[in-house]
Amino acid sequence: MKLLKRLLKDKLAAASLAVVAATLLIGLFAPLFAPHPPNEANMELRFAGASWSYWLGNDHLGRCILSRLIYGIRPSVLWVLAALGAAACFGAALGFVAGYFRGRIDAILMRVCDVMLSFPGYVMTLAIVGMLGAGLANILLAFVVMKWAWFARVIRTAVMQYADADYVKFAKVLGMGHFGIMRRHIAPAALSEIAVIASSAFGSMILQISGLSFLGLGIEAPHAEWGMMMNEARSVMFTRPELMLAPGLAIIAVVSAVNFLSDALQKALDPKLAVSGKRTSVFAGGMMRGLRKKEAA
Amino acid sequence: MLKVEGVSKSYRGNGWLGGERRQVLRRIHMEWNKGESLGIIGESGSGKSTLGRLLLGIEKPDEGRVTWGGRPITDRRARRGTISAVFQDYTSSIHPFYTVRQALLEPLKLVGGPGDARKLAELLRQVGLDESYLDKFPHELSGGEAQRVCIARAVSSNPQCMLLDEAISSLDGSVQMQVLELLKGLKETYGMGYIFITHDIMAAAYLCDRIMIVRNGEIEETVETSQLRHVKTDYAKALLRKVIV
Repeated sequence: MKLLKRLLKDKLAAASLAVVAATLLIGLFAPLFAPHPPNEANMELRFAGASWSYWLGNDHLGRCILSRLIYGIRPSVLWVLAALGAAACFGAALGFVAGYFRGRIDAILMRVCDVMLSFPGYVMTLAIVGMLGAGLANILLAFVVMKWAWFARVIRTAVMQYADADYVKFAKVLGMGHFGIMRRHIAPAALSEIAVIASSAFGSMILQISGLSFLGLGIEAPHAEWGMMMNEARSVMFTRPELMLAPGLAIIAVVSAVNFLSDALQKALDPKLAVSGKRTSVFAGGMMRGLRKKEAA
Repeated sequence: MLKVEGVSKSYRGNGWLGGERRQVLRRIHMEWNKGESLGIIGESGSGKSTLGRLLLGIEKPDEGRVTWGGRPITDRRARRGTISAVFQDYTSSIHPFYTVRQALLEPLKLVGGPGDARKLAELLRQVGLDESYLDKFPHELSGGEAQRVCIARAVSSNPQCMLLDEAISSLDGSVQMQVLELLKGLKETYGMGYIFITHDIMAAAYLCDRIMIVRNGEIEETVETSQLRHVKTDYAKALLRKVIV
């Protein structure tokens, strides 16, 4: 609750949280929010403009764009979030083990990570999707396979830094177990690092899944997905730009909200940043986060 | 009470296959008795901090054993509430996300002691701080204040032995003296003993009953503080000559 209170003090963070929460809720309860079935074609309404019953108009098959946008949250955001969660949990678990226990287990795990990270991410995702076939499940699997090593590597470095701190040594002296130390001392400190890399990965994964759908390798028709909606609107890009604009703006809004939220979360988690609130430290933190995001990308 | 029998410790070098092992401690035998203050002095790299970590049970020796009342100190149940520590780097000694209250509560919860506001205020008073510090974060404390909080946290579990690993080295001269005075006072209040690891012979002599000089991972000499001027080995004489004019 304290964390939420600190988070909500930042107006941008509160707005971002509202956008993310609303997106997730609308996606989860899409049938309640969507005014029409997303795949219902009506050729009489082909490329129809906005109206009271179709707020964002209709696409090339006369389907409701707003309904498709709402249903598109599921593959574009919810399933990406699930894949991100799986990759982050797997990577974080290995990163924690490697960074905390070190020794041979660390050396072996990190060499495996080196091998995984030596492949260019987007090309490998394309290769996996190419081998396993197009479709959401295969894209998500490719994401987990390609992202866990990145999480493991970054979290291991963060854990190593905290595991050496004297407060961890003191907890060991007190007789606290390894799991207790990781849960109480290392995880909260590493969480801000995880939030930053997870948010940047989330943004890039949404863009990738949309990109793959745009290339025709992602979600299969007639299911709605933001990238695919943009692909479908490509042919009328100059005559009906709003058809591309709606999913494009949705992607920008969600990715930006997640990025702002992760920055605010890092500030809220670290009392030093939260208390000082000085431009200098925030600026410095922002620069560091920017650099990390560049690395992540 | 705390017994070290033939303890050796080495560390593997960096690299994929490890590299050469570096011997840090060689067949150390020593004892610490209840209520005693023992100083462990030596130059940087002599192995005194490694010995400290072995005494605290947070690292395992390659050979030999360290026991507390006959039980291996590496068994965390053996050291719970019996031994505590204060480290050199006060900036990393308290969790940066914890308030002083949370930091003090942690050992109390582990040993099942009372964690009410009165107990916490009393702990702070004993180290010369008032209860307004309870809701402060470590970055809001000065070096001396942070180290006092670390001392309060270390005594909160009412340990029989407190290991001070270069605990005053990073403090200013005047604050060092205040902390030494505080430690002396706490010894009388709680009746606990210290293992004081330092490179400062004068500070060790001020606080300790017995001093052990460590050199290249071996015990060079152990002497009662009152007999410090009559050390036998050349190395100990040379060390003392640097501080006693």
